Amino acid sequence: MDRKVVIPGEEIATGEDYLPGEGTEKREGKIFALKFGLAEEQNNLIKVIPLSGNYQPRRGNTVIGEVENINSAGWFISIGASDSAFLSMNEVPRFVNKDAMDEVFEIGDVVCAKIWSMSKRGIDLSVKGRGLGKIKEGIIFYINPNKVPRVIGKEGSMIKLIKDETDCDINIGQNGAIHIRGENVEKELFAKKAIEFVTQKSFIEGLTEEVTKWLEENKK
Amino acid sequence: MTAKFTRPDGRGLKELRSTEAKVGIIPNADGSAMFRSGDTIAYAAVYGPKKMHPQHQQDPATGQIRCTYNMNSFSVSDRIKPGINRRSMEISEITKWALEPVLMLEKFPNQVVDVFINIIQADAGTRCAGINAAALALAHAGIPMKDMVSSISIGKLDKTLVVDLTKEEEDYHEGEGPTDIPISMTSSGKITHFQLDGKIGVEQIKEAIDMAKEACQKIYEIQKKALKESIKEE
Repeated sequence: MDRKVVIPGEEIATGEDYLPGEGTEKREGKIFALKFGLAEEQNNLIKVIPLSGNYQPRRGNTVIGEVENINSAGWFISIGASDSAFLSMNEVPRFVNKDAMDEVFEIGDVVCAKIWSMSKRGIDLSVKGRGLGKIKEGIIFYINPNKVPRVIGKEGSMIKLIKDETDCDINIGQNGAIHIRGENVEKELFAKKAIEFVTQKSFIEGLTEEVTKWLEENKK
Repeated sequence: MTAKFTRPDGRGLKELRSTEAKVGIIPNADGSAMFRSGDTIAYAAVYGPKKMHPQHQQDPATGQIRCTYNMNSFSVSDRIKPGINRRSMEISEITKWALEPVLMLEKFPNQVVDVFINIIQADAGTRCAGINAAALALAHAGIPMKDMVSSISIGKLDKTLVVDLTKEEEDYHEGEGPTDIPISMTSSGKITHFQLDGKIGVEQIKEAIDMAKEACQKIYEIQKKALKESIKEE
């Protein structure tokens, strides 16, 4: 089955050969889409990848967010999801002085963290791990979270291409926040433009070639 | 009834006004859509799912939907007073009821989806245009839905049933006068909303529902096309 755009309530496939995956439902032997997006089949499992809408957090996601509030147990970080995310002081890989929590993260600091647990109470974050923690320099901007997979590309091919061509270190949060760090502002802005180009053209075929061409044309 | 009934704008009895839909017109919103039916234009913007505020209205069992219908003061030739009134409150609630059955909000406990509908220009059938636009905007916002909702108003002018009334027809004053029946349906033909303003017999109601089914199918195709085209444009 080819990839195709489906709308809620649209029939995607008929028959017992297929299993309903994410964003789909089985009714009387037929598989219906529940969301607006791209329908895809993999090993007889049909799922719908949403193309628009706000960020739906998942366990294991790396996100970039801003410190909103501090209490005695940790920090509240806004990651653009409906639930607020909490970073406990136990999840910081260094000594935290309870009387001076803002020495570690202050309100307004930007933090790269991983979602390690999600429950009814909310989202729990951790900064234990490589590449996680406070972001000290570079630029941050936001894209539509549904376009993050396209910016990363198959096995990171797209982002590797942009990183190599622009000499910048790029860190993508699954919530659509992107952190770029380069030698100078010009290089950072060029990388930003390249990523924005990807998000604008995200539905065309052969995107990697298009981006290679664009990078060559626009590079000084 | 013997004489053949003719509509003021020369349309057939089952013919819709020229209809147009567009998705993704408000960049700031999580989902948005425009729906135009003749001279009636409705814009809908969806925000969320987000935390329900005020907190005491949160429901840990399921998510909720909140609709706000607003008619702009310039949408009709006699300026209407801006702000909430009895009519807009009723239509807000009706829109919510029409859309709620297809939404799968149980995945979003303690959260709310906000739907704002603005009528830019009104020529009857504004609640139907609003529901059509809101359904599109909700799909665009990535809210899980069992089906799409399409809405149409059926009218009874004297004794004749017609589809998609205009303001001129709504003010018809001969014979039994005008009866307005707005109906909303899913694409599989299940009714989610039915209103009746006027007098009508049981037999004719059945006929009206059949007409609505046919008209809603046409609107569904327009909605489907609008959603699918919104991807190619980007």
